Order: sequence, then structure tokens, then C-alpha cells
Amino acid sequence: MRLEIKKTYKLFIGGKFPRSESGRIYKVNNHKGDFLANVAKASRKDVRDSVVVARSAQSGWAGASAYNRGQVLYRIAEMLEGRREQFVAEIRELTGKSEKQANQEVDNAIDSWVWHAGWTDKIESVAGNMNPVAGPFFNISTNQPTGVVAAFAPQDSALVGLVNTIAPAIVSGNSVIVVTSESLPLAAVTLAEVLETSDLPGGVVNILTGNAKELGSWLASHMDVNAIDLEGISNAAELEMLAAETLKRVIRPGTYSRSAAKGALQHILDFMEIKTVWHPKGN
Amino acid sequence: MPAIEPEAIVGSRITNQSLSRWLHSLPGVDKVGLEARVASLSTRSIKTTSKAWGLDMAIKMMDLTTLEGADTKERVRSLCLKAITPDPMDLSTPQPAAICVYGDMVVHAKEALGKNKIYVAAVATAFPSGRASLQVKLADTKDAVKAGADEIDMVIDRGAFLSGNYLEVYKQIVAVKEVCQRKDGNHAHLKVILETGELETYDNIRRASYLAMLAGADFIKTSTGKVSVNATLPITMLMLQAVKDWYDTTKIQIGVKPAGGIRTAKDALKYLVVVKETAGDKWLTPKYFRFGASSLLNDVLMQRQKLTTGNYSGRDYVSVD
Repeated sequence: MRLEIKKTYKLFIGGKFPRSESGRIYKVNNHKGDFLANVAKASRKDVRDSVVVARSAQSGWAGASAYNRGQVLYRIAEMLEGRREQFVAEIRELTGKSEKQANQEVDNAIDSWVWHAGWTDKIESVAGNMNPVAGPFFNISTNQPTGVVAAFAPQDSALVGLVNTIAPAIVSGNSVIVVTSESLPLAAVTLAEVLETSDLPGGVVNILTGNAKELGSWLASHMDVNAIDLEGISNAAELEMLAAETLKRVIRPGTYSRSAAKGALQHILDFMEIKTVWHPKGN
Repeated sequence: MPAIEPEAIVGSRITNQSLSRWLHSLPGVDKVGLEARVASLSTRSIKTTSKAWGLDMAIKMMDLTTLEGADTKERVRSLCLKAITPDPMDLSTPQPAAICVYGDMVVHAKEALGKNKIYVAAVATAFPSGRASLQVKLADTKDAVKAGADEIDMVIDRGAFLSGNYLEVYKQIVAVKEVCQRKDGNHAHLKVILETGELETYDNIRRASYLAMLAGADFIKTSTGKVSVNATLPITMLMLQAVKDWYDTTKIQIGVKPAGGIRTAKDALKYLVVVKETAGDKWLTPKYFRFGASSLLNDVLMQRQKLTTGNYSGRDYVSVD
């Protein structure tokens, strides 16, 4: 007889899998209320470390060509497909969904990655513009990534909600720190393993498991975070005020659906800044 | 301050043999013990008021440095302005101890600093390699002293040291020390850079420290910042032990300056713990301990802002250098 080797569920920061700096863990139960796993409980120091690595990874990711970013995102979808059975099992264990429903959720997650992967090199064509001006100038508006995004994934979704929170942020070249659903974090840790093996530069996506409310104010007040997605947060109004102190872009809870097999272009554009360039064109 | 009597310390006339005998009679360094001691001190957690004190002290001990081939008068001036007002959002921020530049930039640094009590340190003696004739090294030093440098950072001749020619190293330090004298009786403080990354062993670092102290160094400094291994905690601790022992026997207090590779406030606090625990409170002052650093200041400022505002700060809130 052999002992089963249990997995240690850890955080994902800077392309590595550290335990929480605080050493804390919390219990996660399955849908029947039985003990399932101990998961790392991120602290504010983990938040701080994540922002530092997210900031240093961001310029490289934004500087990669749109084509290259698309390839990397598509690669993530490929890897998700390969891990389908594990995701289905985790979703079923956590939420009690039927096999069909769980498969549907994984389908949506994969399809949404592909949908987002396609956007990397098309955002400019659709959302950028050549503006007519009264003078001998080209006047061009382009969309630039806003920088470091903090996001709170929806609390009621194990996988697709997380995917639809991460993907819109990183498509355009932002880096993201995402706090997962507190009660459904296992698929998030598995997703981190997928990201780690998908050519995504370390630090572009950082995944923290733990209590969103506890970490929320540290992210909302952090002066090195440029945008915040409050979807999975219960005290959104409070954090919105903190975020206003440093002029962060804010997405309020319920603005976008997080369960579909595709996202929304506006969601991607919410994490971008418009830059307008005047260029002389002669006569 | 009592004067050094090298012959009394070495026990005979200064020759290469007597220096060699003296240096090689120093006890060997316990590598494992040294590194274990540093590792245990590094785990100490510094919080709240102690942390605030430590961050301010780290700024006060800083030699804000720019030593690039591409340095310009303007770059030096902007660094000086940063030293005068490190954090424009918080005027209670202390000023660093000194600006450290190449010799030809001393004039510009002096001018930019004006009446502020910030010293100007100049690297000299064919920094960073030290590969030039003594004549050239002395001319280099004189030039910087004449331009008004308050402190001179010289490099030792590592080639001579490693081949056992201790007398040559000793003589060069003595000669440089002499040209640090000014006509008005003051002298530019002499920091001797051992370039520990090139000395290979802890035993050599201990010997080089003693040799520099014997020759009249006011400070012993770890590195130029131009080689792959720069300041480390064990090396700094070793040098602090040397200055402490030197003080206990001669009553002459010599400073220590780790330089290169110290980039975060956390690192700086670890160094301060090592200073306190190795040499003691007498060294917890900018007069006897300095950090040679360029990017450290911004990280300390961000940590300082975190302590005063309660929010984590970011690079957008400190000046670019």
C-alpha cells in the first residue's frame, strides 16, 4: 500500500510558487462541506511583492509584439485543453456541478482565452483612430496598456470567472495581480501551473489566494497600481474611494459578464490609455 | 586622535618581510562561523519606530554615487539637487552624507551643493582598476583635492597585494594620504577601497583591511562597484571586526563603507544590524559608516513614504536618476 501524495496549494508570484510570506493557510472544503485542501492565505506582504514583480515585468510584456502576445495567449489555451480533466475534476469537487456543466465551464474558459488571444493585434485597428484635424498634420490616437492592474476574480466561479478577469487585463500588455475566489481557489492554482508552462513571462500574471476584503485596501491604496477590477469585492464603494486617491482606473462589480465563452472589447479598453500623436505631413 | 605608529604596531622597521610576517600572523577567518552569524542577524525583523530610525540613518549614511563613463556636468548637478532635497513631498527627509563622483566632476558637484552640508567624495588613483604609475595616481588625487574634494576614495593595487608585495600597497596608501593634506592643515578623508571581490579569500580581506589601517586609512571600503562581486554582508562584518579590534588596541577609530549591490531598504537595514552587533553604537553614525549606492536612495524613500502615509509607494513618486 502506498500513501497518496497531496498537493501543496501555493501562491503564484513572479513566475514562482512561493508559500505566503506570512506562513498562513486556510481550509478549503468541497461542495459537501468536507475538508478538501489547505491553501496559502496571502498577506499584504505578498501583495507588496507581487506589485514589485508585476511592475518590473510589465514593460517587457507591453514591449513584446502584439503578434507574440497573441501566440503566448493562444498557447495558454492549448495548455488548458491538455489539463481539461484536472480542471473538470476540481470544478466538480468544489462546486458540485455535473460533469457536463463542468465541461461546459472549461470549454468557456478555453474559448475565452482564444477569443482574447485574437484581440492582441486587432485592438489598434478597431479602437485606434486617424483623427481629422484642421491643419497639415497626421493626428493619430493609439491605445496603450495602463500598467499594473489589480483584480478580484468573481467569488462564485472556479475557473471561467478567473479567466475572464485575467485575460482582458493582459491582452494589451498590462501585468496583473489577481486575488482569486476565496472558497473556490483550487482551479486557480492549477491555472497558475498552466501559465507557468506557457511562455508567459514571469510576473505578468500573479495569482494570490486568500481573503479579497483583507487584501483589497492594500491594492486599492497602492501607489504603484494603475487600475483595479473590483468584481469579486464586497466593499467595492470603499475601495473605489481609496483608488481615487491615486487616480486608478476602476471597474465596478457587475460591469461585465465573467461566465461566457468570450469577453467584451470595452473590458479590454478599460485597461488602456489613449495616446494621441500629432505628426506634420507637409503641405 | 592619536597618531598611528606603524613600526610599533608591526614590531619592527617596515619592510615587505615584516609586513608579511605581521599580516600572516593574523588569525584565519572562520568562514562557516562568519556566514552563519550574518545569516542569523539577517533574520532580525526591524519594525515601526526602529525601522523609521533605520531608514533615516541609512539616508544620512549614504554616499550618493554616480560613476559612469557617460557622466556629465548636468547629471552630477541633478544628483546633487536630489541630495539636497531627496523627497520633495516630505521635506523632513534627511540629506545623504556625500556625493561620490569622478575627480573631474568635483567642481560641478561643489558648485551645485553650495552651502549645504553634504560632502563631495572623489574616486581617484586610476579608479576602478588602479593600474597606473604612482606618479599618475598621485596627480589624480592632487587634482581632486585641489578641486575641493572633502573625501578621496582610492583603490589599492590588487596585483601587488595578491603577489605578496605588501610594501608596495602600503607605500602607495601612505603616499596618497600625504597628498590628501591641504595647506590649511585640513585633510581630505581617505577611503581605501580593497576591492574585496578580487581578493579571493576572507583571510586576504582581513589582511588588506589591516594593511590599509596601518597605512593611515580613515575609512576602509569594500568595492568599486565595477566588478561582479561587490559588497556582501559577511565581508562587511569581517571589516567591521577589523576596525573594532583596531580601535580596541590603538584607540584609533576607522570607518567602514560597503559599496555596490546594496539596492533595497531591507538590505540597508540588515547592514545596520550587523554594524550595531559587530562594531557597536560608536559606528552607527555617518562619520564611521557609509553606504556607497546609487539606486538605494529611491527604495529607501519609497519605504519611508509607506511609513508616513500608510500606503505602499511606487516608482512614479520618486525622482528618476
